[in-house]
Amino acid sequence: MNLSSKISSGFLFILLLAAVLAPWVAPYSYQAQDMLNILAFPGSEHWLGTDRLGRDLLSRMIYGARVSLFVGVFSTVLALFIGTIYGTLSAYIGGRTDNLMMRVVDVVFALPDLLMIILITVLMGRGVIGVFIALTLVSWVTIARLVRGEVLRIKEYPYIMAARALGASHYRIMLREIFPNILGILVVTLSFRVPVAILAESTLSFIGLGIAPPASSWGTLASDGWTAIKFYPHLILFPSLAIFFTILSFNFLGEGLREFLDPRSAKNG
Amino acid sequence: MLRFFLRRVLLGIPVLVTVATLTFLIMHLVPGGPFDSDKILPPEIIANIEAKYHLDEPVAIQYLLYMKQLLQGDLGPSYKYIGRDVSDILRDTFPVSFTLGMCAVLVVLGLGVPAGVISAYWKNSLLDRSILLFAAMGISVPSFVLGALLVWIFSHQWHLLPPALWEGPRYMILPAFALGAGFAGYIARLTRTTVLDVLASDYIRTARAKGLTEFNILLRHVLKNAMYPIVSVMGPLTAGLITGSFVIEFIFSIPGMGRFFITAVTNRDYPLIMGVTLVYAVLIVVANIVVDMIYGWLDPRVSVK
Repeated sequence: MNLSSKISSGFLFILLLAAVLAPWVAPYSYQAQDMLNILAFPGSEHWLGTDRLGRDLLSRMIYGARVSLFVGVFSTVLALFIGTIYGTLSAYIGGRTDNLMMRVVDVVFALPDLLMIILITVLMGRGVIGVFIALTLVSWVTIARLVRGEVLRIKEYPYIMAARALGASHYRIMLREIFPNILGILVVTLSFRVPVAILAESTLSFIGLGIAPPASSWGTLASDGWTAIKFYPHLILFPSLAIFFTILSFNFLGEGLREFLDPRSAKNG
Repeated sequence: MLRFFLRRVLLGIPVLVTVATLTFLIMHLVPGGPFDSDKILPPEIIANIEAKYHLDEPVAIQYLLYMKQLLQGDLGPSYKYIGRDVSDILRDTFPVSFTLGMCAVLVVLGLGVPAGVISAYWKNSLLDRSILLFAAMGISVPSFVLGALLVWIFSHQWHLLPPALWEGPRYMILPAFALGAGFAGYIARLTRTTVLDVLASDYIRTARAKGLTEFNILLRHVLKNAMYPIVSVMGPLTAGLITGSFVIEFIFSIPGMGRFFITAVTNRDYPLIMGVTLVYAVLIVVANIVVDMIYGWLDPRVSVK
C-alpha cells in the first residue's frame, strides 16, 4: 500500500467513526438552533459556522455523514451481492441461459442511469430508502458483467475440473472454488463503486431530488449552502469539501488495493 | 461499412423500446398522478382532465396508445406547460443542451489530451506528478461542487463571467468547464498510459533515428497512435456528459432539456418525462454508433463487420 492510500484509509476510518458515534462526537444536536448566532461564520463557538436557522454546520455534517456513507456503502454492497450472484450463475450455467441473462444486463446498462435513478427516487418518495434502492437497481449490472467475465475465465481452470471430478456439487464449486478467486476483484470494485454512489446521491440531493428534509446528507447541506453562496460561501464550502475528500479517498484506496492485489497493474496507470 | 451502420441502428431500436417501456412502467406503477398535487378540484373536472389524457384507461391501454403515438412521431402534449407539445419543448431545449455537451467535449479533449501527453513525455517529473494529482482531483470532484466554486470565484469574487443563464459564448465557459473537467481527468490518465506505451515502441526509436524533431514525433507518430483508446472511450464519455448535464443546467439556470426533466419529474408530467428520457437514450445510442464508426475508420485493423 502506498502513502496516499494509507492516508485515505485513515481519513475514511475517522469519518466512519464520527458517523457511527455522531450523537457523542457532534458538539451540538443536528437540529438545535442557536438564535444568537444565525448564519455565523466559522469561529470558536461554531467551528464551521451556522446555517440560516442557526444550526451548527459541523454537527449537521457529522450527522449527514451517516446518510451519505450509509447510502453510498450499503447500496454498493447490495449491488455487489446481487451482481456477484447473477454474474456467477450466468457464467457458470453458460449457454442459452447465459445469453438471456446477459441481454437483460445489456438493457439495464443502456438506460440513462442518472435519469433512471432520479425517476425511481422521486417516485419512491424521496427518502433514504428510495435513493438506496434506485442506486442499487442501476449499479448491479456493472458488477454482474465484471463477475461474469472473471468466472468465465476461472471456470476453465484445471482445478475446477479436479473439484468436479472429486464429486463436488455445483453449489460448492461456486462458493468454495470460484468465489474466493474473485474476492480480490470484488474488494477493489467496492472501493471504486462506493464513490460513484456517493457522487450520485449527493448530486441528486443537491438538485433537490434526492434525500428530503428532515434527513440530510452532504448533498442537501451543499444545496442549502448554494442558495447563500454569494455572502456565506462557507455553508457550501465545507459540505463540498467533505464530499470531495471522501470520494478522493475511496479512489486512492481503490488504487492502492488494486496495486496490492494485482501487482501487474501497478505501473503507469 | 453501410451494413455495419444499418445493423447498429437496428440494434438500437429494441434498446429504445425497452427504455420507453421501463420508463412508462416506473412512472405508472406508483400511486398518484400528475393532477393530484394541484389545488383541490371538483371531481368532475379531474375526471374530465383524466379522460382527455386517457389517464382513466388501464395502464396497458395507455401504454399501447402512447407507443402508437410515438411510432407516428408524436410525443404528445405536456401536462403542465398547457398548450405546448413535448416536441415543441424539446425543439427549444435540445440545441441548448447539445451545445453545452459539445463545449464540454472540447474542454475534455482540449485539457485531457495535452495534459496526458505532457505527463507521459516528462514521466515522473514534478509536472507529471502535479498533472496526475490534478487528474485524481478532477475525477473525484462532483460537477456541482466545481460549478459552485467556479461561480463563486469568477462571478461573485472577480466579476469576470456571468453566473447563470445562456445568452452567448461568455455564458458557456463556466458550465462547459464544470461539466467537462472531471472527464478531462479520466482522459488525461488514459492518454498518459497509452502515450507511455507508444513512446516505448520501436517505431518511435526509428523516427528519432531519422532525426525528426521531438514535436513532430509527438504529433505525427505518438499522438496518432495513442488516439485509438481515447476515441473508444468517447462513446460512454459523451453519454456521461449528456446525462450529467442536467446538474449543470440546474446550477447555471440554463434552459436546456435537463432542467425541464427535473421540473417534469417533480410535476409528474408523464409525456415530458418520456420525451426527454427518449431523447437522452437516442443520443447515447447515436454517440456510441458514431464513435464505433470513427474507430473503424481510424484503425483499419478493427473490422467493422
